[in-house]
Amino acid sequence: MVSPAVFLLVMFIVIPVVLAFALAFTNARLVSPNPAQFTGLQNFRTLLDDPLFYKSLRNTFYFAVVVVPLQGGLALVLALLVNAKVKGVNFFRTVYFLPVVTSMVVVSILWTLLYQKTGLVNEIISRLTLGQVQGPDWLTNPSTAMPAIIVMSVWQGVGFHMVIWLAGLQTIPQDLYEAADMDGATRWVRFRHVTWPGLSATRTFVLITITISAFALFTQVSVMTQGGPLDATSTVVYQAVRTGYSQQQTGYASAISLVFFVLVLAVSLVQRFLTREKD
Amino acid sequence: MTSVSPAPAPPPTRPGRRRWWPSPRRIGLQAARIALALFFAFPIVFMLVSSFKPDEQIFGDLGGIKAFLPVGALSLDNYTGVFDRVPAVRFLLNSIGISVITVALSIFINSLAAFALSRMRWRGKKIVLTAVIATLVVPFETYALPMVWWVNKLPWLQLEGGRLIVTEGWLDTYQVQILPFVGNALFIFLFHQYFQSIPKELDEAAVIDGASWFGIYRRIVMPLSGPAIATVAILSFLPMWNQYLWPLMVVQSEELRPVMVGIDYFFQLNPSWGEVMAYSSMITVPVLALFVAFQRAFVSSIASSGVKG
Repeated sequence: MVSPAVFLLVMFIVIPVVLAFALAFTNARLVSPNPAQFTGLQNFRTLLDDPLFYKSLRNTFYFAVVVVPLQGGLALVLALLVNAKVKGVNFFRTVYFLPVVTSMVVVSILWTLLYQKTGLVNEIISRLTLGQVQGPDWLTNPSTAMPAIIVMSVWQGVGFHMVIWLAGLQTIPQDLYEAADMDGATRWVRFRHVTWPGLSATRTFVLITITISAFALFTQVSVMTQGGPLDATSTVVYQAVRTGYSQQQTGYASAISLVFFVLVLAVSLVQRFLTREKD
Repeated sequence: MTSVSPAPAPPPTRPGRRRWWPSPRRIGLQAARIALALFFAFPIVFMLVSSFKPDEQIFGDLGGIKAFLPVGALSLDNYTGVFDRVPAVRFLLNSIGISVITVALSIFINSLAAFALSRMRWRGKKIVLTAVIATLVVPFETYALPMVWWVNKLPWLQLEGGRLIVTEGWLDTYQVQILPFVGNALFIFLFHQYFQSIPKELDEAAVIDGASWFGIYRRIVMPLSGPAIATVAILSFLPMWNQYLWPLMVVQSEELRPVMVGIDYFFQLNPSWGEVMAYSSMITVPVLALFVAFQRAFVSSIASSGVKG
């Protein structure tokens, strides 16, 4: 009875993963009459000489370094705000979660329009600053394109992690708070010594899931900027897809995918280690 | 910062006083909640409202609150415009078919595996369970590109002119959009967790009554597993409906395209804003409606995907 599931997992996860390792050392092409040849470390050598790869790597880190604390932190603030027993709290939870059930493709298209020079975002900025600030054409400017994608990505994803934090908050026993109140703890002390330690498992999970999805940044770039302007938003996964799919170089793309995998694995191991150390 | 526990009981004041004069802290927190709600809602409201407006009016309304209000010359022209330019109905039907079939297969196959892992006694069970869970470590993006190469080599049986023939390569088919996403370690794990909570005495009673393993699965375990089934249905439906990277690479023909790839191509055609908003609303509103209707189930399944291990 396990065999259908195991068969599918082997066919569509195990074999492709093994292939990623194997093809990275070959010159395999997506459609080619010739069988793939073993080329040793050639793909990795090409990669090290590829200026686009360094740009993609830098952009991926830039995105992750900003998004992980921003999204994780904002999600926690949202969770704390809607964890109170206040009227209408369910309504707020629903609204904060709406972007999560909206597809990233739709969100990217929608925000591409909002981010135009004469778009809604700049109108709102201009209104809020009483006409003092005129926003740029966000996505065609190399210095604002990535920040624009970051804000939009956080907007879309933060509700998901709010729900995870909320689930964590609800596992903290109520009597710990009562005990803290009896000791006359301030709100900050209560947060620091009851809530924060109580969330340690949730924290690791939130951190690692945001990091992995941040490193995998692809959809937003593919829809909004195609890696531009001037490669300012090209990412590791975007480059892998472009070489592997558009240019059909499966071998080279597998090498890039491997780098991505090693990156994700290393970062999550480090995070797991650091968060475990503190507890 | 904010407090976590339910708001502490207010000091005993004259009854009814609090309702009229909440503390500044409460007002501040509520204001923050409302400001955030506006931040999360404004693009979606703008999308829905603009889908009924001609472009001149969308731009004309940008400067004020009217951008978020359904006022002016509202019509369905944008929607008919979308259907005139691309086979949007076809894309919708493709996505509905692909998602529904994947969800159904996924529930059946993964629950069956979880049943064997939870209920039956056999050698190597522990190793299989560990190996299954280990597949969760690898993100899809790691093996997506080698997998394109791989599925291009796979055989498939096809009925042509009354006889079965073997074809090579899954690119540009429906099965390539479905089968890779049926087997799922997280779903096996979730079903396994749930099945462990169903008392085993129930199966023993059924065995005495002469039930087979499959009979126990079908008549006892599955009917008791409604919440787990709902969770898996939701967690597999959303990513299937939103599929983008994979079909972008493996589907070329227009008639096999799912909605998200369809709207991406549509967007590259430089259509009017109103039409983009109409198409976006069309593929978003059904999911939002499902979410609002089954909110509790959605949120609890998302939360359960977070309580691994």
